Formats: sequence, structure tokens, C-alpha cells
Amino acid sequence: MEQRLLHKQFDNGLVLLGEHMPWLRSAAFSFLLPAGTCFEPDGLDGLSGMSSEMVQRGCGDLDSRAFLERLDELGVERGSSITTSHSSFSCAMPAEVLGTVLALYSDLVRRPHLPADQLSDARQLCLQELRALEDEPSHRCFSELKKFRYPLPFGRISQGSKQGLEHIDIAAVEAFFRDNYKPAGSILAVAGNFQWEQVCKVVEQQLGDWQGAPEIELPVLCSNYGSRHVDHATNQTHLALAYDCASYESPQYYEARALVGVLSDGMSSRLFSEVREKRGLVYSVFATCFSMAGQGSVMCYAGTTTNRAEETLQVLLETVHSLGSGITQDELERLKNRIKSSLVFEQESSAARSSQIASDWFYLGRVPDRAEVCARVDNLSCECLLEHYCNYLPKNLSLVTVGSQSLELPEGTS
Amino acid sequence: MELLTHKTGSGPEIVVLSDPAAFTASFGWFVKTGARDEQMEVAGVSHFLEHMVFKGTQRRTAEEVNRELDHLGAQSNAYTSEDSTVFYASVLPECQAHAVDLLTDLMQPLLREEDFETERQVILEEIAMYDDQPPYGAFERVTELFFGDHPLSTRVLGTTETVSDMLATQMKDYHRSRYTRENMFLVASGKVDFTQLVEYVAEATANWPSHPNLRQPQLPTYGSGEVLIERESTHQHYAAQLWPGVNCNAPERYALRMLCSVLADEGGSRLFWELIDTGRAETATLWPQFFDECGCVVGYLCCAPEDADENEEILRNVIEQTLRDGITQKEIDLARNKIASSLILSDERPSNRLFALGQSWLNRKNYEPLGVVLGRYAAVTADDMMAVAEQTLRQPCATVKVVGPPE
Repeated sequence: MEQRLLHKQFDNGLVLLGEHMPWLRSAAFSFLLPAGTCFEPDGLDGLSGMSSEMVQRGCGDLDSRAFLERLDELGVERGSSITTSHSSFSCAMPAEVLGTVLALYSDLVRRPHLPADQLSDARQLCLQELRALEDEPSHRCFSELKKFRYPLPFGRISQGSKQGLEHIDIAAVEAFFRDNYKPAGSILAVAGNFQWEQVCKVVEQQLGDWQGAPEIELPVLCSNYGSRHVDHATNQTHLALAYDCASYESPQYYEARALVGVLSDGMSSRLFSEVREKRGLVYSVFATCFSMAGQGSVMCYAGTTTNRAEETLQVLLETVHSLGSGITQDELERLKNRIKSSLVFEQESSAARSSQIASDWFYLGRVPDRAEVCARVDNLSCECLLEHYCNYLPKNLSLVTVGSQSLELPEGTS
Repeated sequence: MELLTHKTGSGPEIVVLSDPAAFTASFGWFVKTGARDEQMEVAGVSHFLEHMVFKGTQRRTAEEVNRELDHLGAQSNAYTSEDSTVFYASVLPECQAHAVDLLTDLMQPLLREEDFETERQVILEEIAMYDDQPPYGAFERVTELFFGDHPLSTRVLGTTETVSDMLATQMKDYHRSRYTRENMFLVASGKVDFTQLVEYVAEATANWPSHPNLRQPQLPTYGSGEVLIERESTHQHYAAQLWPGVNCNAPERYALRMLCSVLADEGGSRLFWELIDTGRAETATLWPQFFDECGCVVGYLCCAPEDADENEEILRNVIEQTLRDGITQKEIDLARNKIASSLILSDERPSNRLFALGQSWLNRKNYEPLGVVLGRYAAVTADDMMAVAEQTLRQPCATVKVVGPPE
């Protein structure tokens, strides 16, 4: 499993990355454009999602139906998504059609038709997603946490708002496309079975002369903290809790990630053991690391029937604080094994690898290889994790509950 | 890739899709038991037992089970369906012996009373969680309406009542009669040491119970009609529908999958262009489900309440128009390409091959390589698809709708 990052920086700012996986029959790419929700103008929440929907309604010589049929003919599995920073398009396909599909998506990001007569259809589609979110209490809990914890422009959710979606006109979509679908800040990461020279040639031909607006500077992010409740008639109360941690770019990220691993990676992790296995309080409980604009947060979730919500929050907090009593050698070994084997599993999927490469480049401006990740993980010790915990005690807590009972953070929690 | 099988005397069968070039290996015990094999008063016992399997054995405590799985760096889980229960783990090849020993040991759990009570709470939370999520029990209810008193109407999770009332002794009886040498087999894929696997399993399963209590398939009498579920705080309208389908070994199953793709594929199909692309609905889809003796086509629609009537009419029209006017060659070609590509991409990972092989073995004790399966799809004609459409979507269906409170 030889691993080498292939890299080409275009003069217009576009970054092309590749990792060759010759044992696969497939190839995949992740195309990140700096067109996430944080670039939406105030009052037009949902514009990035609606613009992404509109660019997929025909481009180049193909109308919307012909575009999708062409992808189906080629056997392409595709997806699109919106995050705070990016609008992204990802595709996995039989390796031999990669060049053709890259050309199709180059048209999509450069020459979409943005048909005004389909704006209302696109809006309806986005409103559907927003309403569906309101019916999913566990997902809603995280959306509400994001809105509550992060001030604008960072706290917008990908589904937008009803009011925002209703105010979007075709001029707004055209302006958003013009300002944000651009080479500066875009990352195209390819993984799988491909010829690098051919990929470079196609991308040079299709995107080499692409021009666009310069990158946009974002304000500094300062998180909010405290508690917030959203009333929802449900059997369960859903808790989402966030607190500060080292961000993905931080030299201390591995320590922070390892502590979250002790809390939540695997069935022997502390949250699973304490909240579910020993007490039967929940079916679902987990914690994860999330980074945005240079700031990291640990985000925890638990869903439990309302009469046990208070106890669940208490056990959740106690379990987080139990990290201060130290991490055992056994816990650390299990965590190391899990991380290292997950790196091998990643080598079986071109789609997973292309997505990881793009993400690493966005956060770090480089892509650590397996050897580097393994070395970083091997260097972790129980002592350094405890020291990290004590230096970065969980602080700036935000709690959101969705359900029929509100909960507050205990007094003295910062 | 090579298919290797082993069966001696009364021991459980071993089926391996060996790929010496793979980076990982996947192992799974497939038990031919699920919700359809339960008595009504213990509805949910298969799924509850699936949880209890991780709660310890003669050789391991529950904590040790969880710790060992994590120590192996395993990607592991389990699931229960109407007709099977599956426990699996994907690991690095050098961890094979430990992973197989652990998975195999788990198949004979202790089922301690104390663990049973704690895990009962987890299951009740799981039922509460799904009851809070769209489509709020619509699939369970429509299955009951459609299958009537046939065993396939049993809810996989059971109900709050059956799970609350269940006794550990009932679960032990169920385990003894269903987790038997005859009713289970071990599947593996990826870089597998077959000799080690065969030797180990023969010894480890020598004392497993034997019980010839095999499922007796029976043809259902399909129900139809419409039921409404009212939910406070529901923003969207949800409808679940079931039509008669074909069984898991019917030659028509390839044509039925292609028909569902033409009608309802989520990335481009008749329903996609009518309902999704136009923003009329959030979801509008159809998919086939296959069982031993019968099957069904499942339909699911999610949209704004005020558009529900119109969308349901569009859905009916799409089906009627298909039955009346047929399918174009271009649609057939696109559906075949999509299915082929999805199968080829999925086949790259040993863990995905494990499920394809296991499911095929559950259904027909046989496995066809990907190339043969692709050939079966290539052979499907427009006539085949129309014939299966008549058998399924032409028939009366059962419908359950979930709506918000009346204005």
C-alpha cells in the first residue's frame, strides 16, 4: 500500500490533489467550493443550498435531465452537500470514466444554466428539506445547537430558514454563484485507480483558465454558551452538549481527538459503558470533534425518555469529567488499534479517501499520510492525555434540549 | 476471488469468498431467525436477543466483550430483520483467530437476569426513539395491515408492551431452539485463512445445540385498505404503501428491481422527475422486499400536507401510465447501468461482499459471482418488467398515512 500525495496548484488558485489506489476498480473525487453557508448574505439563509440545487439543473450543452442521464449512462454515484465553509460535489465511478465525469462537473461549476423558470421548484425542494428536519428531533437538536453556539455567519444551518428561502430570487442565486463558485479556495481531490497525467490534463483543459472573485475574509468566531430549549412533543428528550477543544489545525488536536475517542469510540468507550450499558438510559449516545474557523468543539448527544433526561445529563457530564481522573493504558491501546485499523479500512474506498484528502487540505493545507498519523497516534501517552485534559478543561458549554422538558446546565458549569 | 465452503457432519456450514489480495477480512454469523419466527407474546425477542448476545458468555463478561472488539480495531455490529439475525466484524487479517473466537463465543450468551433488565430499558429507549422519528411507525402499521395474521406482520422491535412483559426464560427457550447448528452459518470474505477457520469452528461449535425446528413458509393472504395515524407536531405528510411482490428466489426479482429503478430511483426516474425535481415532495420512492415464500413492493411518500392529495394522485398516475404504456428501452438501459455500477462499486469492499454472500446463502444456499448477477440484469427485457409490474403494482395495496392534527 504505497501512499503518495499528488499535488498541483493552478495559477487561478484551484488546488488539485490525488492519491493513487491501483488495487481498486473505481475512482472518486470530492470537489469543495468556497460556497458554504457562512458566505450567504444576511436574510437569505439557505442560498448556498438553493444555489447548489440550481447549478445541478443543467450546464454546458446539457439540460438538467440530459446531465443526470449522462451520469447514469457512465455509472456515476453522486452526491452534493452544504457545510458552513463549502458547497461540495462528490462522485464515485468506474475508473475509466473519471476524465469524462470531471469534464461534466467542470461545466457544472463554470457554466450552469441557472434556469429562472425552475427557481420555484428548487425553492420547494429546499423547503421540503427544512420541514423534514423539523420532524427529526435528533437532527434538529444539532441544528439548534449550531445556531445557538455559533454567531452569524457561522451559525447558519445548511437547510436555511423558511423566511430566507422565501426571499431568494434568481438575481440572488446568480450573485451567489458569481461570488463563490470560483477557483480561489476550491479543492478538487481525486482518489482511486487513475493516471495522474491524464487527470492533470483534463483539469488543466477544463479549469485551467477558470477565473473568479478573490477569497473572502471571515470574521473571528466567538462561541456562545449557556442553555436553550426547543419545545417538541416527543417521547424522548434529545440533548446536544458542546464544549471547547483543540481544533483540527491545532498541534494538540490528536490529544483532543484521543480524549473524545476515550469517551465515544467503540463499545468499550466511557459514554457507551456508563450511559447505555450500565444504566440503560439511552439507545444512542456519542461525542464527536467538530472544527470551524480555527475553533474546535466537542459535541455530545444523548436521547432518552423525558423522565430520565435529568439523570442522563448528569451522567453525561460526570463521564466527561471522569477524564480528569486519568486514562488507563488499556483504554489508550484500544484507541490506538481502532484508529490504525480505520486507516486500513479507508484504503478500500476511493470515495472515503478522496473526501479525507480534501478535508485535510482545507484544514491543514497538507495531507498527512498513514505513517505520519500512526506516528502521532503512537506518541500519545496516558500522561500527555491527562495533562491535555487538565490544561483544556471542558469550558464554554452550550446545551440544547429538544423535547417536552427543558434542562439547564448545573450551577457552576461555565 | 474464490468461493470456498465447508460442511461436516452436524456442524454449522462455513462459506468464504476468499480474496488473498484484500487488506482486511470480514466475518459474520448468520442466524436464520427473525421477527417472523416469534410467538406473538414475545414479539421483539429476536432483536432483544441480538442485544443480549453482547452481554457476556461463560468465558467473557460484557465489559470484556466490548473491550476485545475495540482492542481488535474491529468495525463490528449486528442487525435483526424479519427473517434473519446477523453478527459481524471486519478486522485486519492478522486478527482473524481472535475475532472469530469472540464472534463464535458470543453465539452462546449467558443471558443473565440482571443484564436482561438493563438492556430492556435500552430497547424501550430504542422503540421510543423510532416512535419520535418519521414516519412514526407507518411502516410497522402498514406491514400489519398488509400481512394480517401472517408471521411477517410481526414488528422487529416488538412493542413497548411485549418488551416490557418479556421474561428471560422465554428468551432462553427461543435461543435454544433457534441458535442451532442447523440454523446458522459462518460467512467470511477478504483475506481469510480458510484452514484455520474450518479447524476452529469444528471444535468450537461441537457442543452447540441441535434442533430441527426449521421455519415452515406459508403463503399470506394480502390485506389492503387505508389507515390514518394522527401525530401532534408533525410538519410533513408521510404515506407508506405495500403491494404484493415476489419471493427471494423468484426469477422475476431482477426485473422487479429494474422496474423500481425506472419508476422511483432517487437520482433520476419517473417519480423523481414528477415529484422530486419539481419540489412537490421530499421523498417519493419504491423498493422491493423479498422473503422466503413471498415479497412486497414498498412505497414511501413524504411531502407537505397541503400537497398530499395531489401528489398521491400523481403517484397513482405514474403507476397506471406505466402499466398502460410500458417502459422505453432508454429507461431500461439507464436502470441496468445504475444497478450494475452500484453493484460493482459496492463489491470493492470485503465487508460489503460479506453481506451479499450471506444474504444469498440465507435465501438459496448458493452464490453467484458478480459477473453472473450482472448478466441476469442484462437479460431482463421490457416484457419481463411489464409482467412483474402486472403481478405487483396492478394489485390492491395497503396504505398508512401519518398526518398532523386536524386544523
